[in-house]
Amino acid sequence: MTTISLTVNGQPATVTAPPMKRLLDVLREDLHLTGAKEGCGEGECGSCSVLMNGELVNSCLVPILQAEGAQITTIEGVADQEKLHPIQQCFLEHGGAQCGICTPGMILATQHLLDKYPQPTLAQIKEGLAGNLCRCTGYMRIFEAVQQAAAKSTTTKSTTTESATTESTTTESTTPKLVTPP
Amino acid sequence: MPERRPIVGSSPIRKEGLAKVTGRAQYVDDISLPGMWYGATVRSTIARGAIRSIAFDPAIDWSQFTIVTAADIPGKNTIIHLTEDHHCLAADRINHPGEPILLLAHPDKTVLPAAVAAVHIEYDELPGVFTIEDSELGAAGDESKVIWHGDNPAHHSPNTFKTFVMQKGDEPLPEAELEKIFAAADFIVEGEYRTGAQEQLYIENNGVIAEAFRHPDGSLDSVCVSGSMQCPYYLVHALELVFNLPAEKCRVIQTETGGAFGGKEDFPSVIGSHAALLALKSGHPVKICYDRAEDLIGTTKRHPSRTRHRTAVSADGKLLAGTIDIALDGGAYVTLSPVVLSRATIHAPGPYHWPHLAVRAKAMATNIAPHGAFRGFGAPQSLFALERHMDKIAKVVGLTPEELRRRNFLSTGMHTATGQHLSDPVDMDGLLTRALRESNYHAKRAEFDRTNPTSTVKRGIGFASFMHGSGFTGSGERRLNSVVHIEITPEGRPNILVSSTEFGQGTNTILAQVCADALRIPYDEVLVAQPDTSIVPNSGPTVASRTAMIVGKLIERASESLLATLLPYLSSRGDTLLAFDTAAEESAHHARGRAHYTAAQFRTAAQHYLREHGRLVASARYQAPGNIFWDDDQYRGDAYPTYAWAVYVAEVAVDTLTYSAEVTDFHALQEVGKVIHPVLAKGQIEGGVAQGIGYALYEKCVYVDGLMRNNQMTNYIMPTSADLPPIHVHFEETPSIHGPQGAKGIGELPMDGPAPAILNAIEHATGIAFTEVPLLPEDIFERMTRTPASGTEDLNPSIDLDTRTETEVSA
Repeated sequence: MTTISLTVNGQPATVTAPPMKRLLDVLREDLHLTGAKEGCGEGECGSCSVLMNGELVNSCLVPILQAEGAQITTIEGVADQEKLHPIQQCFLEHGGAQCGICTPGMILATQHLLDKYPQPTLAQIKEGLAGNLCRCTGYMRIFEAVQQAAAKSTTTKSTTTESATTESTTTESTTPKLVTPP
Repeated sequence: MPERRPIVGSSPIRKEGLAKVTGRAQYVDDISLPGMWYGATVRSTIARGAIRSIAFDPAIDWSQFTIVTAADIPGKNTIIHLTEDHHCLAADRINHPGEPILLLAHPDKTVLPAAVAAVHIEYDELPGVFTIEDSELGAAGDESKVIWHGDNPAHHSPNTFKTFVMQKGDEPLPEAELEKIFAAADFIVEGEYRTGAQEQLYIENNGVIAEAFRHPDGSLDSVCVSGSMQCPYYLVHALELVFNLPAEKCRVIQTETGGAFGGKEDFPSVIGSHAALLALKSGHPVKICYDRAEDLIGTTKRHPSRTRHRTAVSADGKLLAGTIDIALDGGAYVTLSPVVLSRATIHAPGPYHWPHLAVRAKAMATNIAPHGAFRGFGAPQSLFALERHMDKIAKVVGLTPEELRRRNFLSTGMHTATGQHLSDPVDMDGLLTRALRESNYHAKRAEFDRTNPTSTVKRGIGFASFMHGSGFTGSGERRLNSVVHIEITPEGRPNILVSSTEFGQGTNTILAQVCADALRIPYDEVLVAQPDTSIVPNSGPTVASRTAMIVGKLIERASESLLATLLPYLSSRGDTLLAFDTAAEESAHHARGRAHYTAAQFRTAAQHYLREHGRLVASARYQAPGNIFWDDDQYRGDAYPTYAWAVYVAEVAVDTLTYSAEVTDFHALQEVGKVIHPVLAKGQIEGGVAQGIGYALYEKCVYVDGLMRNNQMTNYIMPTSADLPPIHVHFEETPSIHGPQGAKGIGELPMDGPAPAILNAIEHATGIAFTEVPLLPEDIFERMTRTPASGTEDLNPSIDLDTRTETEVSA
């Protein structure tokens, strides 16, 4: 067993686990953050995606030993309390989530993409999300959600690419609330 | 009071959407119960044979495990679908690789893989039957290849799960008369077409948590299974037999379900029964969640198929007569193969008028894990064959693919091959015209014909015309006899109680929309209960493109009945709430749109009713339309209440250096009745088209001795975001009387068209008539590099070929 200290969604956490235990299992079992899902267990489907020090990783491929001191953002850390992140809002409005099992990973992949390319081209979106499989949507609604989220961010302060990115985006003051549909 | 805008036809946010985008939605693997153990399955390593011995490796302390074998089953050792031939656990005979033999449970899931490997099973192995052709040898009398016998040999040939014969006409032509038509025809066009197995590949694997409850005397009281599934009452029925319990003692709860596509229609009966057996013996709640590798070898896939067409055609391109022979590979047990075969049979003639037609269909046994439900349910197989064959007929006759179809389309007032009179408007001609216009088909076809000869990338455009029946086939809906309830909550809000499940398609949302419009209240006021068989009635399985049309109509009726009950309470609250008497003068649709009361007033009225009467539940039960008839014996009549009609156009590029084919643009036009939720509906079509593109070009189940060897996402390839073309979705809306506000089914339709449209486009691009999916680069390589002498078949008809001959030679 090894003891690892890391920061998850801005909160310090210390876990004692076998060193090769997967980050995914630590998040789900030790920290009870079940938003990251296991779809394939071999880094193909991306449904376990989280941000680790600002990089998009498949948490099923990360032994917890490698996460010492890491800043981890999971889907649970994307919204600010009840205030949705614009990406989440756009996934809701544009049909980006169907069965929802890929959605947590897809939203984190989108956040990573928009950090890198605030105004991505369609080709950049397709490439940026290619590690996250979705069996329901055929991706078209997801592309639209990402484009709308990017468009919204032009009206707000652009986020930085520092390691504190996840913090700054989730606390963006102009993030709209979940609205009732017309 | 302002006009209330109808919510049907608009796109409100999906009911469970907030939970999904925040990661709070609870899928089965996110749930833990106190004292919960984990289960694992020991599976056969052979395809066919008998179990000789089972030994437990002494290196493991087995006292820490619960071990379940077939001997522990309190009721019948069967997973009931349509028959009882499918074992819950193999007791002696093995019929497919990966067949469950024994179950293990332990409080620590990490010790299970080693324990599974430490159960040593010896077998007396027999040679397996892995192809339709081998299975046919068994059916024809080769005893060594007989792997399945029906209960009644008079009804079943060996290895033959089910057969159908469907013939056009009240008095079908005798064989000899049919042959005369062929003999006199200007052309006879024959073709054989094949499709492979396809994995549903829901991203959430199959999983359940089961509990068993005992009486104080230790005897079994009841079981409860929660999990990822489409059809809670199917699992209730399975548990009844396995545990010898009455239905009310078998409780089933659907948890948030991460995709299904048919893959969670029949299989949850297996995994649910297994987990409940472990729960009963261990005395603990038991969770079984498969990992991807186990899900891929152990659960159902789309039936592989072989379809043979023989068609008599006149010189002017009229279909005169046809025979269609369909064979499905059903896998080791009957499961749902007869109903999949039924849909394959009925969809085989497509949207065309056949003066004479005989469809002969059979589902055959093989030593492969049972094939099961997958979106489309037999129709993608037979429509792939038909729409490839139509392009071949066009080539033989010398017409364009478009013109050949126009000369044979069904239209309003005509009769389908089952004799169904098409009373609803059908306009395939109009759909084809629009689809070709939207996709700029003619200009592109001409452009590609011009540019292909000098390019290494051959481009092509092709289309498929098809339809998909909404709801259960034939008498199915009558037998299901579905019921829905809407209960008023203490807060005065309607709560929809149905066993119809949400697994991404939007069940919760569209039923709430229909309810909201019928009650004339806002969408947000309507609640949808989690499907739990202890509180929801059986509204039927969530399959067969039936939920929007059949269950939606029931919700509309139940809502209307609820409103009628509340009417006195609404109208007594002031004259602004009156005016129901004027509703009759308005169109039904307009009436729905008018708000005569606020949501708060509705709640107040509903609570007033509750105070006086205690409870308010409105229900509606399916009533078969009086003019719908089906004859199961003759296979004639109204196969479906109504159909969705479609034309899909695919544009492809085939790289003759890498032999890869990709779809570069896609147009999907369909007539689906009223579109309830445009955003969800587009998402359904786009997702189905993506699966269809995967079916055509990427997704291959590689079987070795009956076992899927590429049982990983690494080597079973589904389309990623980088692989798909723009998918343009176009709807035509011709309301049908059978669905709420005119809606028809759309869920399965988009699976039917892409594969034939893509292969038709590839034939345009390359001049090569491929006849099988999936079509991978190695298949294209093999065919394009084959020298004429080495070929054993000539897929091109022996008539004067157009300019494509050149292309083929240059390729």
